[in-house]
This record gives sequence, C-alpha cells and structure tokens, in this order.
Amino acid sequence: MIRKIFSKAVSFSSPLGRMGGAVLAIAKKEFRQLKRDKRLMFVIFFFPVMLLVMFGYAVNFDVKHVKIAIYDQEKSSLSRDYINSLLHSEYFDLVDMISSEKEINKYLDEKLVQCVIVIPIDLSEKLHSNREVKIQYLIDGVDGNTANIISNYANLATLTFNQKFTGEILAVKGMKQYEPIKLDPQFWFNPELKTSKFLVPGLIAMILIVTAVISVALSLVREKERGTIEQINVSPLSSLELILGKTLPFVLIALINAGFILIASYFLFGSEVRGSLLLLFLTTLIFLIASTSLGIFISVVSDTQQVAFTLATFISLLPSLILSGFIFPIDSMPYLVQIITNVTPVKFFLKILRAIMLRGVGIEAFWDQLIYLGIFTTVLIVLGTIIYKKKSQIV
Amino acid sequence: MKMNSIKVNNLTKRFGSFTAVDNVSFSVKQGEIFGFLGANGAGKSTTIRMLTGILEPTSGDALVGGFSIMKEPDKVKTQIGYMSQKFSLYNDLTVEENIRFFAGVYGLTGKKYEERKKWVLKVANLEGKEKLLTGSLPGGIKQRLALGTAVIHEPKIVFLDEPTSGVDPVSRRNFWDLIHDLSAEGTTVLVTTHYLDEAEFCNDIILINAGRLIAQGNALELKTTYIKNTILEIESDRVVDSMSILEKEDWVGETSIFGNYIHIILNDNTKTEANVRDILTNKNSIIVHRVDKIVPTLEDVFIHLIEKSPSQTLP
Repeated sequence: MIRKIFSKAVSFSSPLGRMGGAVLAIAKKEFRQLKRDKRLMFVIFFFPVMLLVMFGYAVNFDVKHVKIAIYDQEKSSLSRDYINSLLHSEYFDLVDMISSEKEINKYLDEKLVQCVIVIPIDLSEKLHSNREVKIQYLIDGVDGNTANIISNYANLATLTFNQKFTGEILAVKGMKQYEPIKLDPQFWFNPELKTSKFLVPGLIAMILIVTAVISVALSLVREKERGTIEQINVSPLSSLELILGKTLPFVLIALINAGFILIASYFLFGSEVRGSLLLLFLTTLIFLIASTSLGIFISVVSDTQQVAFTLATFISLLPSLILSGFIFPIDSMPYLVQIITNVTPVKFFLKILRAIMLRGVGIEAFWDQLIYLGIFTTVLIVLGTIIYKKKSQIV
Repeated sequence: MKMNSIKVNNLTKRFGSFTAVDNVSFSVKQGEIFGFLGANGAGKSTTIRMLTGILEPTSGDALVGGFSIMKEPDKVKTQIGYMSQKFSLYNDLTVEENIRFFAGVYGLTGKKYEERKKWVLKVANLEGKEKLLTGSLPGGIKQRLALGTAVIHEPKIVFLDEPTSGVDPVSRRNFWDLIHDLSAEGTTVLVTTHYLDEAEFCNDIILINAGRLIAQGNALELKTTYIKNTILEIESDRVVDSMSILEKEDWVGETSIFGNYIHIILNDNTKTEANVRDILTNKNSIIVHRVDKIVPTLEDVFIHLIEKSPSQTLP
C-alpha cells in the first residue's frame, strides 16, 4: 500500500536509496514481528492509557472537602457568622457540631475528622470590647501536607473575616477601612491551580520514555538472544541502518501514543496545548531519539531479554517518577541530588513540555534543554559503541 | 587454472592468552567446495567469523572475493553469503516475510527480487507455501530455506557453518545436492562439518585442531598421505574385549570401534593378520571371523592426526 509507493520512490536514488531501502526492510520486519506479539502490543498501547487514568484521577494534590467538626462554645450570631464564612467554600465539609471536650479526642483519634475547631465562649464579648480572641484549630498532623494546607485555609478564612469585621466596626464609627497593601495573586498558566494540568506533561513524558526504552532494548536483545543478529552482522548492513530501522517503528508508535494521550487528556482533564503544536512534535521527536539511545545502551550491556527488561524498566520508570521534577520539585532537592537528576532525559523534556503546553512559549525559553538532550544522546551512543566493540572482541 | 576465491595468510586470533586460531594459511579456488573439519572448539567458527568480516584477526590477513578482511571488511560482506550454525531466520515471520526482509537488506527490488524469491521458494520446496509461519516448518526445509536466503543476493562465496547438524540423512543429501548445484554455477562454498561422510563430497579439505591446520588435501590425498601405517579391520566375536587386548600390544597404535568391527593402526608394518589371530584366538580364545587390510577412512585419518598433534589447554 503506502509502503510500496514509498519504497519505489526511495529506490530511485542510490546510495541514499539503498540505505533507505535497507532501513525500511528492517522497520517493516519489526512491524510484522510486533503485530504477531500480542503481549508486547498490549503493553505498548494499554499501559499509557492505564497510567493516564490512574494518575489523572487518583493522584490529586488538591485538598478539598476536608472533614471538620466544630465545638461552638458560645453559639452566638457572631460565632455562626464565622462558621458560615468557613463553610461556604468547598474546602471544608462539616461532619458534626460537637458539644463537649471529650468528643474532640474521639473525633480526632478515630479520624472521623481531620480538624476540630473550638470557638471560645467569650468570642462576642471579647470582639465587641476590642480585645483579641483566640480560636483553636486542632489539626491532625499525620498527613503533614494536608495539615499545612488546612492551616493555610484557616488563616485565609480568618483574615477575610477579620477584614469584614473591622470594616463593620469602623463603619459604625463613621470611618472607612484603609487597607495599606492589597494582595491580588494571579496564578498564571494554571489559574485554578489544578493538579491535573500540572501532571499531564509529566505523564506524557513518562509514558513516552518507558515505552520507547523498553521496546527498543527488548527488540535488539531479542535478536542477540536468538542469534539472528549474526546473519545481520555478516550482511553489508551498517550499524546505523540497523538502529534506524529498529527504532523507527517504535518511535512511530510512541508518537501515536503521545497523540492519543494529548487527546485523551483534553477530554478527561480539559488540558490544552497553549503553544505551537509543530514545536511540540519536533521536541517530542528529539526526546524520543534521546530515549532510544538509552534503550540502545541497555541492549548493548544486556545479554538476555530478562536483564534488558528489568534494566529498562528500572532506568526509565523510577528516575522519571522521582528525579525528573514530575512530582517533586528539583529545586527543593539537596544539591547533590540535583546533580543526579541529570541522569534522566525526562528532566529536560519536562521543562520543554511545560513551557510549550502550559505556558505557550517558543524555543527561546528552552533551547538549553534541547542542548542537554543532545549531550545526553551523544554520551550514551559513544559509551554504547565503546562497550559494544569491547564485547564483540571477547568471543 | 581457476582463480583463488579465498586466500588466507597466517591468520591468527588470540583472546587474551588463549589462541583460538594459530597461523592458519590455505587457499580456495573459485567454484570449489571446500571442507573445514575439526572438533568443537578447534577454531573453525572463529576462522569463519574472521573470513566473513565480523571478527578482527589478531594478525595475518585473508583475501575474500578480492578484498582484505583486515582493511576492507565491509566490502567483503558484499561478496559473501553466510549460514550460521544457529538458525538465522525469524521464526515469527512467514516464509515470504523472511525472504522479503533479506532481499531488502541486500537491496534487491523489483524484477530481480521476484526472480530470486521464486528461486528461493523452489530451492526450499515451498512454492505456494509462502504464507506459512517459518517456525512451523520441519527442520530439513528450514535449512534449505536458510541456505536459499543466505545466497539470495547471488554472492560469489558462501560460508556454511555446520549447515546440516541435526538434520535427517535424506534432508542432508538433498542439502548437499544444493551445494553441488551452487558450486556448478561457479559459487565457492566453504563448509564446516562434523560429518566425515560429508567431507567426501568436498573438492578440498582442511583439518583443524586446537587452532592449527593439521592436514590439507582432497579426500583421497588425505587417506593416502597421512597414514603410512597399515590399517587392519577386524571382525571378531567379542569386540570390546578384542580391542582392549590388542591395545596392550606395543605394535598396535590407535584402535577404534566401528560398529561390529575394530580398526587398528599398526605401529609396526611388519606385523600381519597372522599376528592378530595369534593374539586373539590362540592366546585369548576369541573367534576371529575376518582380518582385512583397508584404506583408512577419513575418520581414521582424523583421529590419528588429532591424537598426534599437541593438545591445547583450555583458557
């Protein structure tokens, strides 16, 4: 079909045609073998979708609907005002109004709520006589992250209430409230601070690298294991043609996967690509070349498919998750660890992806990351070639 | 005089302190069937891997199809075909897909491709069966298919590394018919084999042991030049006993059992049938049916030469 036309066109100009023909021959063979390998097909196409759904929906750093209980010792209209100002957002969910100290322990220990708010009995009295009053927030600190966020909400809510209250008092005295500095934070690129928007680029990068590295590593090692590589070695096929031909199908599949993920995340999470799609495509291609070089390196040092698979999964999955800046910000890591993060190309690609997808900027913002990707690829290919030559001289 | 297709000069390969191929020299004429005999680990496969340009020699050189394996291994690869010991086709591809792949690797397209594809299918007896999965084919047919694809690009020289190991005798004979056809068309064929009966089919043979070339010549030359001693074939009642008794005599050299017969190589050519009967029947009451002087078989030559040559310690 299309291949026939392409290969006819390619055969017209040799030696490029000859090279192209050889590369195509290998690529076609890989495709045919892949089609028959149902297990690999399943992994390549199902794994990304599964990851996407899992991360997109299950992993969520937004803290909403925190369960709270309130012990209102005063039960005045002022205390009810305060309580309402807390509850009218989706951040707090009132589970119960409690009425004794004993119940505080019960609700926290049994984790019926994550926070108990205690409003003192002299709230109105103190406030109306211009005195400071303390409201107690008892927060379950086991989940430190959430606890932090809860206390932030509490601060914010109380601040807002304070402002309103002060305003009312001043109004009674005939004065207008004066706010020296008014904070108006605007969150660029992700105004609602939605976690899913933040996660999608990382997801794409992770899925791409895992697919590319595993499939390339396995396909090369399989030839070694079965001995078919010898027949290729005695042919005039050069290493470049072999590698190009072997990686072409997988790069194609990875690109298609990337496309699917983009479309899926648009429908599932509403994430859009702010920047240029062409730039996205080109930088993804460069990233895939870097991932492929990692796969080739693994195939050179592995002698069996089992070793290759284990190495490939380990090297592509873990660093992408932990070291690349996908979830944990690199800048918060100790300096030594920051240096180690350069071991995964996902780190560089993520910066590029976030720049294009979330910020919509052009190449000026990330050209240095492209250079790092280039260095990464070169180092791996050079190392791989050296080790390959050494190994083939042993037996 | 036919041209030299392969000329090997002092080829040596060392892996660390282990010498796999030791100063081997020989030449093969265009269109010859050249046999490469030797035990496992003798250096046959290593030599072939050097001649096909995939292993760099430690020293020495060879001209294969006119190109030096040291200086121009890539050009060598365009002149040769190779069939390895391990099955080199893809079991998870169909016959047709395998043929198409190797054709693509060697740059065969269009009419040439169709022509060669038909030839390979005919050679392997698989016309009309292109869509079969290669892994499902019987062994003998697989080997023929492998040979066909190995020469799909009509190379001048073909290296076959133990191509018939594990194949039944009928298929083996068919395979050798193919080799003869190739040779008749002018292709040089270099075959390594364990099977000494196959060596008889070759125009020229070399024997390799522990990396060294220990004999060269055609089958007849080998049988008549290398063993000057008398060889006797003995048919007797208690074969194993006969052998152990004769072994103890100092005028008897190597002994070997061939089914119901024993072959003994004499150290002393003055001894005769009478001496044998004397030892076996008169002194040990073994009935001897027949004692004949024979021309040595290649196996006799082989064993004799190997036991004579110094053995190599393993690395």
